[in-house]
Amino acid sequence: MGEQRKAVALISGGLDSMLAARVIQEQGIQVEGINFFTGFCVEGHTHAIRSRDARRPKRNNALWVAEQLGIKLHIVDVIEEYKDVVINPKHGYGANLNPCLDCKIFMVHKAVEWIEQHGFDFIITGEVIGQRPKSQRRDTMPVVARESGAEDRLLRPLCAKNLPPTLPEREGWVDREKLYDFSGRSRKPQMALARRFGFKDWAQPAGGCCFLTDAQYSVKLADLWASRGERRYELDDIMLLKVGRHLRPRPHFKLIIGREEGENRFLEGYRKQFTHLRPVSHKGPLALLDGRADEADLELAARLVGRFSQGRDAERIRVEVTPTEGEPRVLEVAPLRPHEVAREWYL
Amino acid sequence: MKTVTVDARNLLCPLPVIRTQDAVEGLSPGDELEVLCTDPGALQDIPTWCRINGHRVEAVDRQDREIRIRVRVGGAA
Repeated sequence: MGEQRKAVALISGGLDSMLAARVIQEQGIQVEGINFFTGFCVEGHTHAIRSRDARRPKRNNALWVAEQLGIKLHIVDVIEEYKDVVINPKHGYGANLNPCLDCKIFMVHKAVEWIEQHGFDFIITGEVIGQRPKSQRRDTMPVVARESGAEDRLLRPLCAKNLPPTLPEREGWVDREKLYDFSGRSRKPQMALARRFGFKDWAQPAGGCCFLTDAQYSVKLADLWASRGERRYELDDIMLLKVGRHLRPRPHFKLIIGREEGENRFLEGYRKQFTHLRPVSHKGPLALLDGRADEADLELAARLVGRFSQGRDAERIRVEVTPTEGEPRVLEVAPLRPHEVAREWYL
Repeated sequence: MKTVTVDARNLLCPLPVIRTQDAVEGLSPGDELEVLCTDPGALQDIPTWCRINGHRVEAVDRQDREIRIRVRVGGAA
């Protein structure tokens, strides 16, 4: 009997990484999972915030996958370190502000650090050549292996037969013949393999598992950077970009307006950090004002909030304005009419 | 045996799970951890994390928005 070899699998919560881990488990390797929380993960948050989604199951797919596979899962908070990946991606962005190749290199590099600390032998990912336009191409696969520092300790079981043999294959820890040669965007081979393993359920995230692949989200992030004159963010900033309507009626301020009760409750948690507005004469949303506003700006903000309240058709409504420092006061204003809300205010 | 409390209120999943995981790393089998949180996602995620990592959820209390989950650290810590 040889030594028990150990691998860590990058688990996203999707089907490919679940299959990759199972393929290697089947070969008698001890597998544990690792999952990285960047702050941009779609997983969980929007479900948790919006009331209308409250009845949907709120499972974390990475945890769910780990339980299906019967493996441990280590979730690693990489929020701080990940900022450099988003702000300065060496290999550039994809269609939106998604630094997919740099992201993959970063995550595999973090996995290298982890296996070295924990005495594991190699790393598995669910990558498939040609699956993703930026990070999963024949020419980028070696870049990930090299720049992450993983080199031949990175095994992609679903497409390994299309790539040169890696350390675990050469050493005979895994049998290359029992690995796969998937390529391209078709999901059929994965579905067939899932059926063979008896998996009946898996997550199918539309547009991936990261907000940075979302066009509208990227517009809001770019606006945040432009308005601050520098490319930086804190966790609260990127969480708030996931919530509410964002309108910028003036270059020096924007409003984040709750769309429903769950979002209003979430925004409540940020009240003390922002000047905030809420209609008091009619039902309406909570709005946070991000930026600086003089008296005319506050009146415009109140009129805009009125537009999204139940008093939108009233002559006048009263809106309470609470600055970060100082007492709340009530402004009586005419809600903006639809034609007065410029389309370009919407982010 | 130790009892430790983790305050994960106003954090959204998976942060309450990460805080739980980080706290358990510093504990020994048999120790107790109490996690306070407000994201209902934790009601599912923390018990799942405990099951796959060999820890036991001993009690879950929910009062209004506040959730209190008591975890007994297992031998696999």
